[in-house]
Amino acid sequence: MQEALIFDAVRTVRGKGKSSGALHPARPVWLAKTVLESLAKRNHLDTAKIDDVILGCVTQSAEQGANIAKISALYAGYNYSVAGFTINRFCASGLEAINQATTSIMGGYYDVAVAGGVESMSRVPMASDGGAWSVDPDVANKAAFVPQGISADLIATLNGFSRRDVDSFAVESHKRATKAWEEKRFQKSVLAVTDVNGEVLLDRDEMIRPEAALEGLAQLKPSFEELGTKYGFDSVALQRYPIVERIEHVHHAGNSSGIVDGAAALLLASREAGERMGLKPRAKIRAMALTCEEPTIMLTGPVSASRKALAKAKMKMSDVDLIEINEAFAAVVLYFMQECGADHSKVNVNGGAIAMGHPLGATGAMILGTALDELERKNLATALITLCIGGGMGVATIIERCV
Amino acid sequence: MIQYEKTPEQIGGGQIGIVTLDNPKLSTNVINDEFLDALENVVKEAWADSSVKGLIIRSAKNDFLAGGDLDALLKITRIGDVQKITRKLHAVFLALENSGPEKMNRPVVAAITGSALGGGLELALACHRRLCLKNEKIQIGLPEVTLGLLPGGGGTQRLPRLIGIQPAVEMMTTGQKVAPEKALKMGIVHELFDSAEQMMAAAKKWIGEVSAAKDKDGKPVPVQQPWADKKYKIPGGGVQSPGAYQVFAASNAMVAEKTYNNYPAPKAILSCVYEGLQVPFESALQIEAGYFAQLVVHPVAKNMIRTLFFGMNEANKLAARPKGISPMPTKKVGILGAGMMGSGIAYVAAKAGIPVVLKDVSTAAAEKGKSYSTKICDGLIEKRRLAPEQKEKLLGLIKATDEARAVADCDLIIETVIEDRKIKAQVTKESEAVCASDAIVASNTSTLPITGLAEASKRPENFIGIHFFSPVDKMPLVEIIVGKKTGDVAIAKALDFVRAIKKTPIVVNDGRGFYTSRVFMTYVQEGIALLKEGVQPALIENAGRMAGMPVGPLAVADEVSLDLMYHILKQTVDDLGPKGVDQNSLQVSKLFVEELKRLGRKSGGGFYEYPPGGKKFLWPKLKEFFAPAKTQPAVQEVGQRLLAVQAFEAKKCLDEGILRSKTDGDVGSILGWGFPAYTGGALSYIDFVGEREFANQSARFKK
Repeated sequence: MQEALIFDAVRTVRGKGKSSGALHPARPVWLAKTVLESLAKRNHLDTAKIDDVILGCVTQSAEQGANIAKISALYAGYNYSVAGFTINRFCASGLEAINQATTSIMGGYYDVAVAGGVESMSRVPMASDGGAWSVDPDVANKAAFVPQGISADLIATLNGFSRRDVDSFAVESHKRATKAWEEKRFQKSVLAVTDVNGEVLLDRDEMIRPEAALEGLAQLKPSFEELGTKYGFDSVALQRYPIVERIEHVHHAGNSSGIVDGAAALLLASREAGERMGLKPRAKIRAMALTCEEPTIMLTGPVSASRKALAKAKMKMSDVDLIEINEAFAAVVLYFMQECGADHSKVNVNGGAIAMGHPLGATGAMILGTALDELERKNLATALITLCIGGGMGVATIIERCV
Repeated sequence: MIQYEKTPEQIGGGQIGIVTLDNPKLSTNVINDEFLDALENVVKEAWADSSVKGLIIRSAKNDFLAGGDLDALLKITRIGDVQKITRKLHAVFLALENSGPEKMNRPVVAAITGSALGGGLELALACHRRLCLKNEKIQIGLPEVTLGLLPGGGGTQRLPRLIGIQPAVEMMTTGQKVAPEKALKMGIVHELFDSAEQMMAAAKKWIGEVSAAKDKDGKPVPVQQPWADKKYKIPGGGVQSPGAYQVFAASNAMVAEKTYNNYPAPKAILSCVYEGLQVPFESALQIEAGYFAQLVVHPVAKNMIRTLFFGMNEANKLAARPKGISPMPTKKVGILGAGMMGSGIAYVAAKAGIPVVLKDVSTAAAEKGKSYSTKICDGLIEKRRLAPEQKEKLLGLIKATDEARAVADCDLIIETVIEDRKIKAQVTKESEAVCASDAIVASNTSTLPITGLAEASKRPENFIGIHFFSPVDKMPLVEIIVGKKTGDVAIAKALDFVRAIKKTPIVVNDGRGFYTSRVFMTYVQEGIALLKEGVQPALIENAGRMAGMPVGPLAVADEVSLDLMYHILKQTVDDLGPKGVDQNSLQVSKLFVEELKRLGRKSGGGFYEYPPGGKKFLWPKLKEFFAPAKTQPAVQEVGQRLLAVQAFEAKKCLDEGILRSKTDGDVGSILGWGFPAYTGGALSYIDFVGEREFANQSARFKK
């Protein structure tokens, strides 16, 4: 069996996912082209050697429809011999793309692959692709569908996380992201996005607020209270969790992941193929795991997925040097740390999606790249990357630096 | 069944067919096999006749058409049999709207002079134009959901195609009925008229114009439903549009919130709209037929039709009234005690046009009771549901007084004083001293046996219990209690009074707590027992609601108030000895009243806390007094227990002869204290879960 190694990782800056956001003029294929071009250029790749481009993308309609991975490869000037496919594992699509590339390399299907993700949430709004899950009455009923914010509030309620707890976590995320930018910790992999003439549209993550403080966050209205109380979703959740008297709505725009635009891509290959290309491996994929939890609470998957990945790697949580868990909602991370005994000093050390945003299909690839940069910066060995996922799923991947 | 004639006058070079719905056997038109055959024949005849330029459908009854034949639907048990009926129904409606097989331009107008509900509105929706009388009493809607069904005559498809997904979904899932003005605004009817003559004239004129219309090439303009047009778009956007995504996502959750998935109909309606509006019309009808058939054979629809329709009709037709006694209208009612209950009864009686004497110990107290009616009237006037003159008339019927003599000319006297035998005996004696010897004296007691109260009466055969529920103006049920010596005349008088004030009566025999209070209290007692066993309070409350009860048992205890419960339990101990009461409830109510001084909502705290201006929440210290068990039962188990205990007690009431009929037990449980209608009522519950399963439940839950 071939070994799957990571040779490089890049990501775009993340722009506010609204029509006023700096990346709104950039089409999703443009964002994907930005990362694909950069990977090829800085590694002097003969793109004909790439077997496949896998991109995660959650809302695959309109400009993000019709297999944006293959189309972006063409648009980025990759050789026509490079295949491409687009996957949707909801919020973990970017990490799933890496895991799929890994298994395909290990199994001998690929020698060289590019894996990552793209999402322009300002141009192709979340949920604009419909789907049966929340809309089809028979399906929504059987699945006991609730919006993820309700699930996050349910996790907070069940575990007694107060509004202050979740807000404090959010403040820390902004602080860490601010410091990371000040110290240029993302420099190795972050790309500015330009227009057709090379004019910079954005060269810094747009949503970080260095001044974020508890007092300010305390003013924000809970985002899911109305959905929960006026439109029946609290009741749907309580019917699955009747031990709860009522859901405390603690999440709001300030302690949930930001809606942003962005893309990321990694270069993966077998050891032999890497050597043939004259590239130096940066890390190897040590273990991967996929789980699924009860779908109404939905966001607890990182706990079981991480435990499963650790078991496969024959590791304990304390053996892992760094952890990147997607900050979909503050309570998701608080719950993960509580259940897994993960110390906050090792978790999301450079901030996360609450500060920088969560471009759905791309995030998994972005945070793996962030973990890899940080391992190298601190000269550490292993990192665990995990995300919570719609429907209750969880994905976790453990990487280990090649030294 | 259906009369058909052609207009004598020539219109647009031909005649117009007038179809008059007129069921000779019933007081109202209903859709059944016979009706469909008749309609099919009329439509065939009309469309085969080339001199017919269009049709007008009208009714000879008060109602336009009342809907499906529930008697027939109740008996059907096979999916295939339902499908046979719907196929026929669809075919006739399609033949109407397609102007026959050649799809000629012959329009059909529904001339609505009375309520068009359910199948009645569906027939009207299959017409090309709906005209309606401007009469607030006319109701228009698709209320099938209230009997566990869906509009199976194309209603789930035609209504949203006509007015849009959101308003149609709202109307059909709630069973909302609207007046003509609102129906016009919603786009369900096209035009309103002051008289039937004007409406008929307008219908003829419209048919004349439309059937003669030619396009610019001189070809006849086809008459068709809006959705048959190639350029048709669903108003407000189709299923696959961002707006509809939100409507469905929210409706799905709201239906789950409201039904706890105990009622399959609202969800089936949503599925019909979601699935049906994405396919051509005739496939859509098949989708609707599929879901409709599922509901018709479903036990929930059977339960709801049997109890809420036939059972309630039986009660309202006074099946329990003793035979051979001529009508006994109440000419004047005397109400003793102007508290909550007395004031409420005064209002409903005056509303029904019955003069009221409202007596209390002081004029001020009596006037305060009367002001309750003023308050309700003012609220209604504000909502434009009552004219100021009506208020004056209603208030004019209520005489507030402190004089016992004022009830002298009342033929019915209802006492509503506090639950104290001595005081009740005193007011009974006072009234009987002044009123006519044939006046009926009633007690509104909710707990004290009538036979005992009647001992204070000189004429116990004229003494009866009439138990109202609070708030009187809203609660639909009245429980009539027959004491050992109560005579038939008193029963007839009480029943006629209850019907006059438009409530539904049940008649029960005397016994502690009668029927409703006795069974209802077992719900509260079981909740308290669960709490003592260490079941989490939130789980108990959620289980009660999820099983279909309107509120959790602990919340009910707080509303009833723990001191009242304690008082009743102690009274029962005095009467029957300590074994006569539920020990858990006695201990717990004693704890709350004597030690904790938490009496319920009225004292600002009981099982719940009631923060001023905020939402109530379970008292956090409950866990100190009732330690939660390590393993908690499944919510379904707790819910079953909370319903089974009531069914068990209701069965005992039937066996002991407190209940005189099963129907009264079912109707009384649903209307009286909100026992879930999907079960068919507290006694039907046993058939619903199955006798064997019920026996298992009883064995399992008994301590």
